[in-house]
Amino acid sequence: MQTVKMVITGPYSSGKTEFIRSISEIDVVSTERDVTTEAERREKGATTVAMDFGRITVDDDLVLYLFGTPGQRRFDFMWEILAEGMLGFIVMVDSSKPETFREAKSILETFRAYAPTPYVVAANKQDHPDAWSPDDLRIALRIDPEVKLLPCVARERTSVRDVLLELLYAILEDMEEQE
Amino acid sequence: MPIQGNLRDFSTTQLLNLINLSGRTGILRVFEGMPTGERDSNGNEKLQAGKERAQVLFRAGKLVYASVVGQMNDLIAVLNKGGKLTENQAKVLRERAKGTGDKALAMRLIGANYVTRNDIVACVQQYVLDIVYGVMVWNREPFRFDENVNVDAADRILVPIDIQNVIIEGTRRLKQMDEIAKHIDNLDLCLRFPANPKEKYEGVNLSVEEWRVVQYVNPKNTIRQIAKAHNMSESEIRRIVYGLEQAGLVEIVRPATTTRKDTAAGTTGGRPPRPNTQPQKQVVNRLIDKLRSMG
Repeated sequence: MQTVKMVITGPYSSGKTEFIRSISEIDVVSTERDVTTEAERREKGATTVAMDFGRITVDDDLVLYLFGTPGQRRFDFMWEILAEGMLGFIVMVDSSKPETFREAKSILETFRAYAPTPYVVAANKQDHPDAWSPDDLRIALRIDPEVKLLPCVARERTSVRDVLLELLYAILEDMEEQE
Repeated sequence: MPIQGNLRDFSTTQLLNLINLSGRTGILRVFEGMPTGERDSNGNEKLQAGKERAQVLFRAGKLVYASVVGQMNDLIAVLNKGGKLTENQAKVLRERAKGTGDKALAMRLIGANYVTRNDIVACVQQYVLDIVYGVMVWNREPFRFDENVNVDAADRILVPIDIQNVIIEGTRRLKQMDEIAKHIDNLDLCLRFPANPKEKYEGVNLSVEEWRVVQYVNPKNTIRQIAKAHNMSESEIRRIVYGLEQAGLVEIVRPATTTRKDTAAGTTGGRPPRPNTQPQKQVVNRLIDKLRSMG
């Protein structure tokens, strides 16, 4: 049995748990707890404290695991552990909350430092009226043109699937470049 | 509802983190994995809980105690291991203090000026940490965490330890242990002294644990037997033997018929293989096909 792992990261409340929940074939093993600070409570009632875990079985001998990181900085000691051995990673950004963009960029840089694996950025909550477009987000986050920045609605399975596919294409391209 | 599963799927590090962050009180029990003959959905051999191997106690998210089955866990053993009691003192004390609980014994030893309170706290803390770092290496054992158990019920000396530091140090050790386990891949091999031991040992300062191993160095004693004689875990004996070997103080004697490649599969103390970080293109293409087929 071969297992491969992808990590879904991003700031607090960017939609990581929802993303995994939409595509995982098993009920997501979630470690959500009630949020402890008033500011965070305004955003949502519970947050991921250790990790989220989802699975996609390809066949009898290949399984893809999806690991969602805790979004808050005070849990960032978990990030490196989760990043170990990853095939690639996805940075989720809440497109409707510009105040989180700087944090998203910082998380992206942190994960790039852990491993030189391919990654894509998912511009989540594109169905929100206040959502920034992916093009505007690219500028705001100063994302290089060769990095894929994709529109996403984490509640929708097809949207999540497309983001995962784009990451896999990026991984394939990376492999071909290295050959 | 207890939290239960297998360390193969949810590692000790992740469990510690979960317990720490949620501030839980309770007992984590780790068991021997007994094969059921069935396979789970990942194709892994299903394992049910067998004999208990270790217990780790938590109070309000802090690590407070740990013990390993088959290893002496009382205060005398802890102080002996911490170098505060010699083997002889431990033997005598065990006779004289029969039936005395750890807490009462601690009071008597402090009162008699054998040890200080700080000595006891430091020894218990180190003892607990050694066990937990050992458990962190396990990778296929079933576990169960029972919440809201009265951890103070038994006569144990509990010392609260911050889990975040344990996770950081444990992760560092795991990386180191990976290397050591690869190097010493078989505990059924023996040790012998190098050609000119007097010269090599001159001026060398060994720790208590290292001396304990050195005194049993003999091509007839396996590393596993030495560990058992000194109540040491597999990770501990590996670490000590590795240090002694690297310093040129002992040599590992490999039976002529056994090669490292042959023995690697029998390794019990290593970690599970890491996910392949450089999968073949074929694997990525299979993932792509699977995702494309998902509506």
